[in-house]
Amino acid sequence: MNSLDLARWQFAITTVYHFLFVPITIGMGFLVAGLQTAWYRTAKVKYLRATKFFGKLFLINFAIGVVTGIVQEFQFGMNWSSYSRFVGDIFGAPLAMEGLLAFFLESTFLGLWIFGWDRLPKKIHLATIWLASLGTLLSAYFILAANAWMQHPVGYTMNLEKGRAELTSIFAVLTQKTALATFFHTIPSAAFTAGAFMAGISAWLLVKKKDAEMSRGTLKLGLITMLVSFVMVFVSGDITSKIMTEQQPMKMAAAEALYQTTDSAPFSLLTIGTLDGSRSVFQIDVPSVLSFLATGDFKGTVKGVNDIQAEYEKTYGPGDYSPNIPLAYWSFRLMIGFGGIGFLFALLALFQLRRGGTPKGKWFLPAMIFLPFTPLLANSFGWIFTEAGRQPWAVFGLIRTSDGVSAVVSAGSVLFTMIVFTLLYGVLAFIEVGLTLKVIQNGPQTELDYADPKLGGSDSQHLVMAY
Amino acid sequence: MSLETTWFLLIAVLWIGYFILEGFDFGVGVLLPFVSRNEADRRAVLTTLGPVWDGNEVWLLVAGGATFAAFPEWYATLFSGFYLPLFLILVSLIVRGVSFEYRSKYGKAQWRQRWDIAIVISSALPALLWGVAFANIVRGVPLEKSAAGHIEYVGGFFNLLNPYALLGGVVTLTVFLTHGAIFLSLKTAGGIRDRAHDLALKLGLVAAVAAVSFLLWTNLALPSFNAKVAALSTGVALAWVAGLGATLKRREGWAFIFSASAILLFVADLFYALYPRVMPSSLGAQFDLTINNASSTPYTLKVMTVVAVVMTPLVLIYQGWTYWVFRKRVSASQIPHPERGILDSATHILHQ
Repeated sequence: MNSLDLARWQFAITTVYHFLFVPITIGMGFLVAGLQTAWYRTAKVKYLRATKFFGKLFLINFAIGVVTGIVQEFQFGMNWSSYSRFVGDIFGAPLAMEGLLAFFLESTFLGLWIFGWDRLPKKIHLATIWLASLGTLLSAYFILAANAWMQHPVGYTMNLEKGRAELTSIFAVLTQKTALATFFHTIPSAAFTAGAFMAGISAWLLVKKKDAEMSRGTLKLGLITMLVSFVMVFVSGDITSKIMTEQQPMKMAAAEALYQTTDSAPFSLLTIGTLDGSRSVFQIDVPSVLSFLATGDFKGTVKGVNDIQAEYEKTYGPGDYSPNIPLAYWSFRLMIGFGGIGFLFALLALFQLRRGGTPKGKWFLPAMIFLPFTPLLANSFGWIFTEAGRQPWAVFGLIRTSDGVSAVVSAGSVLFTMIVFTLLYGVLAFIEVGLTLKVIQNGPQTELDYADPKLGGSDSQHLVMAY
Repeated sequence: MSLETTWFLLIAVLWIGYFILEGFDFGVGVLLPFVSRNEADRRAVLTTLGPVWDGNEVWLLVAGGATFAAFPEWYATLFSGFYLPLFLILVSLIVRGVSFEYRSKYGKAQWRQRWDIAIVISSALPALLWGVAFANIVRGVPLEKSAAGHIEYVGGFFNLLNPYALLGGVVTLTVFLTHGAIFLSLKTAGGIRDRAHDLALKLGLVAAVAAVSFLLWTNLALPSFNAKVAALSTGVALAWVAGLGATLKRREGWAFIFSASAILLFVADLFYALYPRVMPSSLGAQFDLTINNASSTPYTLKVMTVVAVVMTPLVLIYQGWTYWVFRKRVSASQIPHPERGILDSATHILHQ
């Protein structure tokens, strides 16, 4: 492997790993804020127990999200310095705004929330978790706008003398429909993820008869969050795929392994074969659905890889303009598939709960334990599809990924840092999962004196929260 | 003032904020085992950082993001050139953040000892390496124009380990240690406060020797005498002496203000010595990266100026408010059940 391949692997590992934690953080922040609001409004202790219990899980997860985010901020300069020089005038702005508007808000108010239980008036303490959650939302918006610009560059002009793209309209970058559609696809996905976490954990507590008063409620909250957010993910996903077909037809063709331009194109559910354009061994298709997905018309024309390739050769010169097609094809299906499975499980579980009592079926607990993994997998495959499907471009039509890599960093250096980062991520994941399981196993702390206005059984001489 | 100069200044401000704030975080992290006598002490020490360390670290992320936005060539050349030191800093910051959050979750002595070692090392390493990196930037490193027309770093890792840079590392390490000790003497009560006070004096003297030699070297290495750089260097020395004096008199608040001012003046001094260059080349002035050849377009700088002017005061207000909320001293006696981790199950606690 050369330094380009290694830098790509490193980017993929760091980013996919980081994004395991991000959606949980975004979604769980709002769910915990909601629970604390319920406690503030009703003064029912079960809401406080839920706030503290899920707050603990939220923070364990948040820690890794934060520290892996630091690498994100600097890896463009380290491994992708040619890319950074090319896009810095545009791409740097949303990153700096993210820091200034979102990271400060998130970190400062989360610190106040964690340590402020006995230092702040109840109302202000409640506001801190909402502000921290708002910070995560802003952060997502800016970084998604930056990514959307890579998918579909707008508001720029090329400076050939300096060999870089230059910003002409920040509003175009921040408000283009690609950015907005991605935002409204990613945020409900985060809610879906956090909902699945809350539901899976609550279901386990319910079956093990730990704090049924709380866990029944949070199970329902998690499941309903999943159902509502899934509808939003579905709708925005549909919009996103139409935008993608219009802006990056090659990605859509690759997602379907559609080589020839086709009217009333079928949606392929699964294929056994090589996906290289030759006849596949076995295939299940749903007639006309791809045309509808891509164009909104069952009879619509969907362009195939071969035609787009020919077109791009005319525009951009000779070269291969198709991404890794099996990767695009399968990641697209796995994204939709895992999301769909999660949704079905949530629907079944909610149906079971309608009768009251603890769901009896043997399938219930295993399904609920599997539940949190479905959005994690769907999220990861979604991003793998989005990023791998844009190849060979780093910024669509402007700079190839192969031209973005750092010229002065050796393959050995990239390999070394990749190995250390990967090992470190592995160890952290191991510890994180261990701590999470321990929190779940202990269950909500019912023995603490939650009726105490100071909370958590502390008195004025003792701190409620200490590191 | 030109937009480029404004942004050079703003980035200096971000680094100043970062070094003042995370500077004492680093110091406290390294001093953790040296100011503590027992578990309650250690937890009290870490609790002084608890609500603030993450917000402090954001100054670094914003400095990085702002450099990317305002001076992409600087961002690209610096971080691809100083690859391994930056990598070590990133690994340290990852380990450090997680250590704070996870260390006291369990009561087991071995679990906590391991995280404590991680905290000491991951605090010391960046404190040292930031000094090495900045000293190298000021001294000038081998930069050359590549075939593609970009100014790139052409030295290796060991080029960065020259005596001047290593001295710079010793300066930041000892200054941050002193700053951290002063912070602890201001924020804690009882035995920790006394021990931190003693350490602040001793470390402060070591830091003074290191910093004065480094600043003399910096002034003498300039092509010609620069009155402003010299004045700022003198200011650093005066602030530091005042800080030591205040420490001696146990005026902890003043000591902290002076050590923070010394850091402010020190970073300002280094940036002044650089201006208008952002990364001078040791291979000839034609390869210098300057605020002009490294910068973004005026439009981007204008957009970013508006964002910075609106947001920075707001950030300062709410971050300042956090320090106000947590202004009380933390003492070991306030830590309920110091040996107990919140994840230890009830039976485990009984057996302790």
